[in-house]
Amino acid sequence: MRIAIDTDRCIGAGQCVLTAPRVFTQDDDGFSEVLPGGLDGAGDPMVREAARACPVQAITVADE
Amino acid sequence: MSPAAPFPQDRTCPYHPPAGYRPLSEQGPLSRITLYDDTEAWLVTGHAEAKALLRDPRLSTDRQNPAFPSLAPRFEIARRVRTALLGVDDPEHNRQRRMLIPPFGVKQVAAMRPRVQHIVDQLLDAMLEQGPPADLVAAFALPVPSMVICELLGVPYADHEFFEEASRRLLRGKTADEAEEARKALMAYLGALVDRKSEAAADDTARGAMADGPADGETVPGGAAAGDVAEGGGGMLDDLVRERLRTGELDRDELARIALVLLVAGHETTANMISLGTFTLLEHPDQLAALRAEPRLVPDAVEELLRFLSIADGLQRVATADIEVAGQTIRADEGVFLAASAVNRDTAVYPDPDELDIRRNARHHLAFGFGIHQCLGQNLARLELEIAFTSLFARVPDLRLAVPPDQIPIKPGDTIQGLIELPVTWGRA
Repeated sequence: MRIAIDTDRCIGAGQCVLTAPRVFTQDDDGFSEVLPGGLDGAGDPMVREAARACPVQAITVADE
Repeated sequence: MSPAAPFPQDRTCPYHPPAGYRPLSEQGPLSRITLYDDTEAWLVTGHAEAKALLRDPRLSTDRQNPAFPSLAPRFEIARRVRTALLGVDDPEHNRQRRMLIPPFGVKQVAAMRPRVQHIVDQLLDAMLEQGPPADLVAAFALPVPSMVICELLGVPYADHEFFEEASRRLLRGKTADEAEEARKALMAYLGALVDRKSEAAADDTARGAMADGPADGETVPGGAAAGDVAEGGGGMLDDLVRERLRTGELDRDELARIALVLLVAGHETTANMISLGTFTLLEHPDQLAALRAEPRLVPDAVEELLRFLSIADGLQRVATADIEVAGQTIRADEGVFLAASAVNRDTAVYPDPDELDIRRNARHHLAFGFGIHQCLGQNLARLELEIAFTSLFARVPDLRLAVPPDQIPIKPGDTIQGLIELPVTWGRA
């Protein structure tokens, strides 16, 4: 699994952080980013749920 | 084909959707509706369709578009003036929103917890000292978010009676003129506030330069811009003045229009959630008992209340092109409304949707909307609601309605849903 965040699209709603806090966080400006070591999803079953919760589809989850 | 149902309709039970929305949901995810001015529009009641439409760039929130649907006469004023954020599409919307995201971030909001708790505690102290009975709207539900948004923005809370009353006329005024007067009063007030903050920022910069003090643009501790909260210093508007107004990215009018939306949306919505949420929990004693027994359920209970109550019940859009959805065609220039109360009770997503169940996973509700306009302050709202419900029921364990539930006045269907008053009592009163 490979996670990508389109930060130009992110609106800082924080849905990903609420849904999968072990993988997603926000930078100091309130935009989403993946926590260190989390780019492969860290085995968290909530990653896809987080992508679905994003109101602007800024998160893509690709299978590898 | 049956005549299109009237929209909006008033709720009869404060926490259930209007009875007339149910038949619409049952006939399909999209229905034809008739507005007060006899124009027809679409009502979306299906969850999947609502999500798809809310992120579809062919649905516009430009309220100055002559085809934009009008929910009530007062909405006519939106055609005359530009509404920031919720009244503009990308890229203008994105430019405005990105300037406002940082203070509403998850970490930034979490850092406000002690302040919100303090505000809640003070208000409960005052209410308990005053003794029963009380109107929970006036004593608690309205002042909590009003104080919090003042502190966040840097608006003096001393002016709360003015802006709360003006907000009420803007959101519930009977005529376009009444709403227009209220909007003008708020704009004049916020414009003057921006001017005061600009002067303070200029003074600080001058003082800093003379004293060889903090770098350009930084706040001088104890300086006017860092003034105390009652005076409305040191808030988000002060930052926007320094970082965006003085740089020319925002002008005075646009900043005031943004401040207006943040101020009104920041207190009216959460106030309704606190009062209506409290009423709903009191009317569901088993759920309230479960919540008291297990405080860790509070975040889930807040999500469920957001879903169940759906107080922003009628998001408005206009189609800018033909859109095919669920076997229907929304034509360009047709109005589209999204009934959050129906969408959030779609049986395809929520089993037994008419049951309040604080243990349910209510995620994916659309109470904050969806797409680029999803509520900017949603995480602040969650924080306020968590603290308000937790502290209220802990400090007033025998809180109860002071009048029969059917005597509690509720807001009409064409505005944010909620209670006009919530008479409560406690103790032996």
